[in-house]
Amino acid sequence: MSMTQQAEPAVGGPPASGPKQTDGRTARRPLALRLLARPEVGVFLGAVAVLVFFLITAPPVRDGSSMANILYQSSTIGIMALPVALLMIGGEFDLSSGVAVISSALTASMLSYQLTVNVWTGVIVALVVSLGIGAFNGWMVVRTGLPSFLVTLGTFLILQGANLAVTKMVTGNVATDDISDMDGFGQAKKIFASTFDVAGVQVKITVIWWLVFAALATWVLLRTRYGNWIFAVGGNKDSARAVGVPVTFTKITLFMLVGFGAWFVGMHNLFSFNTVQSGEGVGQELIYIAAAVIGGCLLTGGYGSAIGPVFGAFMFGMVQQGIVYAGWNPDWFKAFLGVMLLGAVLINLWVQRTATRR
Amino acid sequence: MDRSSRPRSRRLAPVVAMAAAAALTLAGCSSSSGGKKAEEEAANASAGKADTPRMTVALVTHQAPGDTFWDTVRKGAEAAAAKDNIKLVYSADPNAGNQANYVQNAIDQKVDGIAVTLAKPDAMKGVIGKAQQAGIPVVGLNSGLSDWKKLGLLEFFGQDESVAGEAFGKKLNTTGAKKIVCVIQEQGNVGLTQRCDGVKKTFQGTTETLYVNGTDMPSVKSTITAKLKQDKSVDTVVTLGAPFALTAVQSAGDAGSKAKVATFDLNKELVKAVQNGTIEFAVDQQPYLQGYLAVDSLWLYKNNGNYSGGGEQPVLTGPAFVDKSNVDKVAEFAAKGTR
Repeated sequence: MSMTQQAEPAVGGPPASGPKQTDGRTARRPLALRLLARPEVGVFLGAVAVLVFFLITAPPVRDGSSMANILYQSSTIGIMALPVALLMIGGEFDLSSGVAVISSALTASMLSYQLTVNVWTGVIVALVVSLGIGAFNGWMVVRTGLPSFLVTLGTFLILQGANLAVTKMVTGNVATDDISDMDGFGQAKKIFASTFDVAGVQVKITVIWWLVFAALATWVLLRTRYGNWIFAVGGNKDSARAVGVPVTFTKITLFMLVGFGAWFVGMHNLFSFNTVQSGEGVGQELIYIAAAVIGGCLLTGGYGSAIGPVFGAFMFGMVQQGIVYAGWNPDWFKAFLGVMLLGAVLINLWVQRTATRR
Repeated sequence: MDRSSRPRSRRLAPVVAMAAAAALTLAGCSSSSGGKKAEEEAANASAGKADTPRMTVALVTHQAPGDTFWDTVRKGAEAAAAKDNIKLVYSADPNAGNQANYVQNAIDQKVDGIAVTLAKPDAMKGVIGKAQQAGIPVVGLNSGLSDWKKLGLLEFFGQDESVAGEAFGKKLNTTGAKKIVCVIQEQGNVGLTQRCDGVKKTFQGTTETLYVNGTDMPSVKSTITAKLKQDKSVDTVVTLGAPFALTAVQSAGDAGSKAKVATFDLNKELVKAVQNGTIEFAVDQQPYLQGYLAVDSLWLYKNNGNYSGGGEQPVLTGPAFVDKSNVDKVAEFAAKGTR
């Protein structure tokens, strides 16, 4: 059910799915309602509500550079929320994504420093390692048939321990050494962690990458065969396999996509802060998953979009920074965060219920 | 995106991956500075080795994994153990219940002494009593200044967080700061809150608190940036851990703020930042000393019946200030990761 519902309104809807398809069994519903039924519309309205709320209550938010800061925070969540969302649409789950970001950054940093090589070497090896972690997760899930929750919980613990133990073994400390004076650092920083000027406002490059990746993911999901496979394996694995969808390939590559995201954000962390503490990243996986779920992806798979998590991540960044911009009593910080997120999710839910009611 | 450098590196990748594996197993011997070698040299720098009978000491802390501060405590403890012919058993868990279990574990192993942190004293009370009944001397370090005597510990090594905060506030008064924001990286941590409260007590200007998500650096950075934009009158950011201080410097830059940064705790990158003036000063509670003294004191007690502070007074390891005037002396030790 959810499959067809998702496939039909592909990008804009009207021209592609013309009146021909109407066979009398379903009445065409008004455009507004059909739009509302899309997974990302609820979260879009929620995000707008939060934005408007803070524009009114927190004057500094109206400033362009504040928005750039909020977008920066959102982008570091959002870049990971994208592959996490695709994976969830594909019916799986990754608890190791938060620490995998740090694993990647640690690999790149320590390899470059210890071997005194151009940092690009470390960056590439970190990519290989990250994709490898993803492939391992995917392979274990497909091979054993265990829930991905269990498999990736295992990977989460392994990585958390390895991050600490290997870092300590290699550097003698629990944080990596500063690599900012090494060859290639400036180049890599340009790509992963630079800042550029838009009408006098300093914007972080991660914001651009975030939007580029979101556009790519949307295109893949809605316009390619691989995108159909993702919905199919998430909706019903067995019937997908029966109609010839390469389930194993799809699931493993989805986990590898999460690995790619972890690598990218890991590189941003490394080139932005020069060193990495091995204990970081714990708990981030829940924030990525939250952004995807708020963005309209079902925890059960088979339904969702790539653009939804963009708004989900934005909402998270907006609320988190908005509370500070508003200057509220910081003791309540986490409670505010929770209340606003719940509120936004409820708007999301209400919109979807209204839209799909016949 | 990085097309220019990819093809070359792709050919290199398998070679590098193998080299990496080799390097990891060899624990980075190829590095000319830092790394394992420096750590070993640092350990070897201790004064000879005692010929007293081998004894076992357990060090049980509330360390969260991957924290640079606790790493230094442990290094101090290891240096003392190496010197005193002690076998050191280290265990840690931020969860008080689990930490208590580790103490029980040490009692079961019949160790000759236990050094313990009291981040949550009430949870540790029962198990410390058991250790004392079993005749094992227990000393405290780092946290628990107000509770160690109540629990009947032999001695205590650490910094009074409130005193450190107060000293910090006084020092800030001399820098001409008017409005500061105190950044707490872990909401609900008692010691961190005491530091900020201490600063507030003696600092003559206005103090505000800010909570950040300490496990996510980009988030720390944008939250501090947001605060500096929200309140332009903030002229000093106070952080409670070295990595957060370095991030706060970036935040000030992003926010277009002239705010200075001062911090609690040290690491080697921070020492460099004090040297080049991007960080005003750091207050150091000398974690290495805490670990070292706690272990060494158990050796002294067993072999000569001594106890520091006479069971009445704690031994304070901080606050020691590190600023431009004395940073160069500290730098050489910080490079080894021992300060």
